[in-house]
Amino acid sequence: MTESSSDWPLFEVFLRGKRGLNHVHVGSLHAADPQMALRHARDLYTRRNEGVSIWVVAATDITASSPDEKDPFFAPSGDKVYRHPTFYEIPDDVPHM
Amino acid sequence: MTVTSEPDLQEHFDETIARERRIEPRDWMPDGYRATMIRQIAQHAHSEIIGMQPEGNWITRAPSLRRKAILLAKVQDEAGHGMYLYSAAETLGAGRGDLTGKLISGRQKYSSIFNYPTLSYADVGVIGWLVDGAAICNQVPLCRSSYGPYARAMIRICKEESFHQRQGYELLLTMMRGTRAQREMVQDAVNRFWWPSLMMFGPPDADSPNTAQSMRWGIKRHTNDELRQRFVDMSVPQAEKLGVTLPDPLLRWNEERGHYDFGPVDWDEFKSVIAGNGPCNTQRVARRKAAHDEGAWVREAALAHAAKHHSTERVRVSPEASS
Repeated sequence: MTESSSDWPLFEVFLRGKRGLNHVHVGSLHAADPQMALRHARDLYTRRNEGVSIWVVAATDITASSPDEKDPFFAPSGDKVYRHPTFYEIPDDVPHM
Repeated sequence: MTVTSEPDLQEHFDETIARERRIEPRDWMPDGYRATMIRQIAQHAHSEIIGMQPEGNWITRAPSLRRKAILLAKVQDEAGHGMYLYSAAETLGAGRGDLTGKLISGRQKYSSIFNYPTLSYADVGVIGWLVDGAAICNQVPLCRSSYGPYARAMIRICKEESFHQRQGYELLLTMMRGTRAQREMVQDAVNRFWWPSLMMFGPPDADSPNTAQSMRWGIKRHTNDELRQRFVDMSVPQAEKLGVTLPDPLLRWNEERGHYDFGPVDWDEFKSVIAGNGPCNTQRVARRKAAHDEGAWVREAALAHAAKHHSTERVRVSPEASS
């Protein structure tokens, strides 16, 4: 990310759409500090009641998996079909299962 | 690492596009794709930001509190759309300050439509109806752009644009029920904005050399002429309902094609406006530059304030506690 020195830091914004739902990433914005990021996030991402709660996280604080190592990183779950309920054969006449 | 060499990366990219999957920011992508996306998104973002000006001029002269509140909300949306789009461009490695710099120095373009003046309040209605209507035609297919962050921004934008178009058409309906002078204002605005609206779809397909590559990359879904035709077909019945005449003597239904035929667009005018010679080019960019320059002290002061308070009152609240 090329950021010229005069740019405010970048924050990632997460919204809880309504009670009972997880916060979901909606985009990013620039702000001088976290408090300003929250206010900007309200103005930018909730102009039509899209959220009841906002998280802002400095983009530099996020650690992400690398897309290059996609296959090996997620490989451990690839061959464990027995973690899924469809792995098990149960006769059709067993009720409630 | 499973994919490392350039041919492998290219193959993986091509396969992702072929399967209609999205390219995400940290994926490998060809340099041409990255540069084209940055240019496309930046030009779109700049259009939203410059697009605040023609209508913003009318906020203080709105005829009622209702119209003023609507127009304020609309112009605020345009600012929001610009911000979503700049964010999307930044995921490709473009810097915010750099993008603004390119806009105010004329190195990146914005839509030619915003270089036309708004002469009466009817223009606010016609911009909502025709200009935002054309924008919607252009933008709905971009919700399926192969570049994930752009597609997601477009979904949000399209939802909000619908309000823009409807408020414009309702404004015009209201004026058409008014005095004769008001009806003439509407017709005059339609006369001035119809052809520039058709130009918003870009040059004819024969003069649009990048279309084929953009279609292959999934960042353009229909050709300029297809979208222009779709817009004409949508607008004609809306104009009839409104009771205005579209300023094109060659406009008529073609039974055989199942579309409206329309007259030739003045592409010389389009090229001249793009080249910087439209009625308002200089003023639009000058105003954006002034706002940027005059806001410099605010941006610096906010950073200084943040730096000062960072050391003294850094309070950490866990996500669960704050949610």
